[in-house]
Amino acid sequence: MSNGGGAASSSTHLLDFLEEPIPGVGTYDDFHTIDWVREKCKDRERHRKINSKKKESAWEFTKSLYDAWSGWLVVTLTGLASGALAGLIDIAADWMNDLKEGVCLSAMWFNHEQCCWTSNETTFDERDKCTQWKSWAELILGQAEGPGSYIMNYFMYIYWALSFAFLAVCLVKVFAPYACGSGIPEIKTILSGFIIRGYLGKWTLMIKTITLVLAVASGLSLGKEGPLVHVACCCGNIFSYLFPKYSKNEAKKREVLSAASAAGVSVAFGAPIGGVLFSLEEVSYYFPLKTLWRSFFAALVAAFVLRSINPFGNSRLVLFYVEYHTPWYLFELIPFILLGVFGGLWGAFFIRTNIAWCRRRKSTRFGKYPVLEVILVATITAVVAFPNPYTRQNTSELIKELFTDCGPLETSALCKYRSEMNGSTAYTDNPNQPAGPGVYSAMWQLCLALIFKIIMTIFTFGLKVPSGLFIPSMAIGAIAGRIVGIAMEQLAYYHHDWFLFKEWCEVGADCITPGLYAMVGAAACLGGVTRMTVSLVVIVFELTGGLEYIVPLMAAIMTSKWVGDAFGREGIYEAHIRLNGYPFLDAKEEFTHTTLARDVMRPRSSDPPLAVLTQDDLTVEELQGIINETSYNGFPVIVSKESQRLVGFALRRDITIAIENARRRQEGIMLNSRVYFTQHAPTLPADSPRPLKLRSILDMSPFTVTDHTPMEIVVDIFRKLGLRQCLVTHNGRLLGIVTKKDILRHMAQMANQDPESIMFN
Amino acid sequence: SLIFEFFGLLSVILCPLIRSPGSTGNSEDIRCKCICPPYKEVEGHIYKQNVSLKDCNCLHVVEPMPVEGKDVEAYCLRCECKYEERSSGTIKFTIILYLSILGLLLLYMVYLTLLEPMLKRRLFGHSQLIQSDDDVVGDQQPFSNAHSVLSRSHSRPNMLNKVEHAQQRWRRQVQEQRKSVFDRHVVLS
Repeated sequence: MSNGGGAASSSTHLLDFLEEPIPGVGTYDDFHTIDWVREKCKDRERHRKINSKKKESAWEFTKSLYDAWSGWLVVTLTGLASGALAGLIDIAADWMNDLKEGVCLSAMWFNHEQCCWTSNETTFDERDKCTQWKSWAELILGQAEGPGSYIMNYFMYIYWALSFAFLAVCLVKVFAPYACGSGIPEIKTILSGFIIRGYLGKWTLMIKTITLVLAVASGLSLGKEGPLVHVACCCGNIFSYLFPKYSKNEAKKREVLSAASAAGVSVAFGAPIGGVLFSLEEVSYYFPLKTLWRSFFAALVAAFVLRSINPFGNSRLVLFYVEYHTPWYLFELIPFILLGVFGGLWGAFFIRTNIAWCRRRKSTRFGKYPVLEVILVATITAVVAFPNPYTRQNTSELIKELFTDCGPLETSALCKYRSEMNGSTAYTDNPNQPAGPGVYSAMWQLCLALIFKIIMTIFTFGLKVPSGLFIPSMAIGAIAGRIVGIAMEQLAYYHHDWFLFKEWCEVGADCITPGLYAMVGAAACLGGVTRMTVSLVVIVFELTGGLEYIVPLMAAIMTSKWVGDAFGREGIYEAHIRLNGYPFLDAKEEFTHTTLARDVMRPRSSDPPLAVLTQDDLTVEELQGIINETSYNGFPVIVSKESQRLVGFALRRDITIAIENARRRQEGIMLNSRVYFTQHAPTLPADSPRPLKLRSILDMSPFTVTDHTPMEIVVDIFRKLGLRQCLVTHNGRLLGIVTKKDILRHMAQMANQDPESIMFN
Repeated sequence: SLIFEFFGLLSVILCPLIRSPGSTGNSEDIRCKCICPPYKEVEGHIYKQNVSLKDCNCLHVVEPMPVEGKDVEAYCLRCECKYEERSSGTIKFTIILYLSILGLLLLYMVYLTLLEPMLKRRLFGHSQLIQSDDDVVGDQQPFSNAHSVLSRSHSRPNMLNKVEHAQQRWRRQVQEQRKSVFDRHVVLS
């Protein structure tokens, strides 16, 4: 804890009163890790200062009140902004998606469904037919049916998809390159203490919002949930700059960011509680109780704002909110567990292939042409997706259709069962009947859609446009689940005399609900790829509103997590963190090796000796020489080279700023001025230039461990306290230093991975 | 100052979006939608009418009633009626706002990538640009002349200069970001 200028002691030097905190000290460089302990100490000191002045006057009291309540103000503003932006994204994405199909002539700003909202020409079979909505073939060629118009529609679909994708990648490349990708791996790293300047800035926010709509509308196999978390965190970061309590302290800012990410998931799924649990489980590193309450508040405010905007006209937050009331039976646990196994297998497969493809993109010539890559992927997606009606439509609508159970009011091809009433070939929409040809053709198309989505998502996640993973995974799971559900249903119908079905199912009554299988499949696939547990259950539970389905959901999600973990312990986000080499010390992994601090510390036997500073021996020139010759981030300060006893730790950035500041402000500082870290200047000959006191930037309480400390304890200390470096002593004398990067490299080495892939400090 | 700009934009977005449903004023924005499945010989049909919540049931909305007498009750039991509300003003405002922002960004992008290098080349000559850049491939990268303009402009400390200074600093940041993401693949691969 560094002594700020003005600390009262009995023998204060006159110069102490003139010392102010040097501007710039205590900030961090880009792509560096923060020191959590120092930030928390700074915050406590600030709080003490404000509290001690509280009783002085009414103005100070108001300031202390404002300080206490500023946290709530920030999360409220963040929730409002997230809700508003999510509403904008939803409405615009819906409209642009339908723009590939046609336009609404009476009101250009309506999508297909809104255009035909008041029309009386909609029939039972074609719910979206009306004369105001014209497809492109109708507008250009003048006719709506026929092969010519099919080709024209195809061509216009591809044209619009391509132009949206091209616009998106151009905007990202020109204005805000940080707006690409999902954002969740980088936000996880930022929340664990890493600094990426500009990642949560204004331009990134604007470009991410605009290009997310374009990317979703271009028909690429991606979702908008991950990018919505990034958008919400950008809002949180921008608002935290209004309050000095948060803008000057990196640790407090991360509390706001945790709350913002909860708001992001809350508006993406309409699940406030799920959002808070997602922030707790997946995104945040430290999650104190105060953050829990504020995250919940932010999520609720965001959900409320989105609901009042009412983007979908039915007061629901998410497009595929379905309410089930049908029961499930114990024997159905077997197909649910099978769906869980499928989810785990698909998750492991996806993580391996996606990481391999991203690594290819990173290291070979493929990565030199991002714009061309996006155009190519968008073209292939559009060309293959148009013929199949299940891939042509919006993925969220597909999920909704799959989740919805067949009943008398549904008319999709999936519900064309054969009625047994009169023995004639009449078709009915009641399930639990033999499947008609409509159902068989729908199953074929669904199988093809499944294969298509599995392949395309691998190449789409990681493109240089905003891309999320939740919706494509849920779509894959929903398709698989629905296929299994229909298969079970037909099995139950044709073999209703088997023991299983005879016990629970009556002939002609509702027994199997394929929609429920689709939901369980979606949850299993999402769990398999992200390895979420509690948060996923709560999100799906809030999506469907049924407490009865908790058991099948949990069975499927647990199975998928276990099966996925058998192939590799990391979820997709941790895998991307490792691919990029971010310095993320995972709190979920356990360090089980028996190495000691001595084996990991630097300097090793082949390295040059530890670069240390003596407390009152150096001149400015020598100090600058040490800083220029080495690239270390900090230097231990010792009493003298003979005793090697530790005084404290000084950071490179602070030393550089302090020297520059002193040369500008104070007179008489020359290259051979003595630099001292002690309280009082050393005795110098009379004609020497004025000495430079750098005690205010010295950290007087660095953490130390002995060289025989087991690495398990050292890793635990780093995780729990959020340290950046730790000094190693032997018999009380300074021996070496262990940094977070050393620990990460050591862990990578122990796991037989490439230790050189850890790139940042 | 940019923060106040953001505040202003946020309030512009929020105020029209959040309005109480009753005050929409547009009677076309409410409807009662009744979906009636096939019944005996009658085909399935969808009925829509602009009625309020209390009149949203089968008897008020389904007109003309396709069945007679006793069948009416059975028919109506199978129908599902839902009251729905939307805000067409919100949708219109949102789409127009989005398209205008997109249009502005496109214009700015065209200006930055095509027009500005041409103008600078004509004003300052070819030699200035070549010597100002570090290791960017060619002059096609936007903002590649940020350094040279920055060094030229410390003589006039007025508003225009400050704006240009901020813009050049932003361009340098974007250039750095582009190098990390697209060229060196260090972040976000």
